[in-house]
Amino acid sequence: MPVNPSSPTAMSVSLISCHSCHQLSKVAPSDKTRAVFCPRCGARLHSRKPNSIARTWALVIAAFIFYIPANVLPITTVISLGKAQSDTIMSGVIYFVKSGSWPIALVIFVASIFVPLMKLFLLTFLLISVQRKSQWRPKDRTRLYRITEAVGRWSMTDIYVVTILVALVKLGSLATIEAGPGAVFFAGVVIITIYAAMSFDPRLIWDAQESNNER
Amino acid sequence: MGRCTKSIIACHECDLLHQRQSLPVGGTARCVRCGAALYRHRQNSLDRVLALTVAGLILFIIANIYPFLTFRLEAQIQQTNLMTGIIELYNQGMWIIAGVVLITTIVMPLLQLSGMLFILVPIKLQRRPWKLALLFRTVRSFRPWGMTEVFMIGILVAVVKLVKMASIIPGTALYAFMILIFVLAASAVALDPHIVWKKLD
Repeated sequence: MPVNPSSPTAMSVSLISCHSCHQLSKVAPSDKTRAVFCPRCGARLHSRKPNSIARTWALVIAAFIFYIPANVLPITTVISLGKAQSDTIMSGVIYFVKSGSWPIALVIFVASIFVPLMKLFLLTFLLISVQRKSQWRPKDRTRLYRITEAVGRWSMTDIYVVTILVALVKLGSLATIEAGPGAVFFAGVVIITIYAAMSFDPRLIWDAQESNNER
Repeated sequence: MGRCTKSIIACHECDLLHQRQSLPVGGTARCVRCGAALYRHRQNSLDRVLALTVAGLILFIIANIYPFLTFRLEAQIQQTNLMTGIIELYNQGMWIIAGVVLITTIVMPLLQLSGMLFILVPIKLQRRPWKLALLFRTVRSFRPWGMTEVFMIGILVAVVKLVKMASIIPGTALYAFMILIFVLAASAVALDPHIVWKKLD
């Protein structure tokens, strides 16, 4: 049940909600310039995540850059009887398609190629919409943000596949699997996009609605 | 608003203020504006989480000492445990990936489970846990980085990839790890963090 429809948000009545324990604290105007901490749990208080837009942009751009070597460089190298064969993420997907393992090909394609790209495009869209103070469907944009937050972790799948392959296939000269440099960049993409989603503040979507109502 | 702020909560996704209301057992309050989950009511929340945490720690130990997967190709047998892949990646010079896998599949679940044990046992004994605010804050902030369920999908894919060239034998640790995933998920669902935070008031 909303408290008061005419002054709806915590920020509009000088309250800050603790990001950790959700306790509301009253802030004096003089507190704007110095660090304030939650009286209950001790977490640093911020009305909005600090420098949310700039940080998220920086992380999104970094992740876009890492995405290229992650897909071009090999993530695994199979050394079998003196012959070395390198695989990228995409050639792994193609291998599973050719060998008839459609569901597995789909899992890798979605987790390693589709999800990171979708996340980056969604965050880019959210950033631009917030910077333009867009009024377009704030509820749906908040939903899109929730998706970017929830799906990011599943991209780690390929890193774990490499870990298991490396552990199991150690048969000396017969067959050995080594992790390739692409895996390092790919792990980078996954971690950077998780941080990017964390640093974006969905409340900025709603702040634009309020500033419009006041006008 | 002054003194009644304890009964008010701001939506963490759109900042709209809501009056806290009593919920039916198992209920979740959602933001009227953006639909985010605000708070929930769970029956015997702390007892359930404590039971699941103890179960989780036992499963975690089993998952780390027993064989995880065994790879057999004719006479060649390669037995692994949970740490083997991490050590092998480190030996190949891939220490970044080794670190990422170690943190997300072993360190974070362990910190999560042991942190909750340190918080919940004293609460059950009617004592104030040591450094409760810092500890619970840290445990909560680690949540996104425990990725045991994603690891399971990785195992599945790797096994499908190898099963045509060799036989893969699942070990005790694999079963323990699979149950651990469900225990961790159940404990995340059973927890009502507000009860723990209220101990600080």
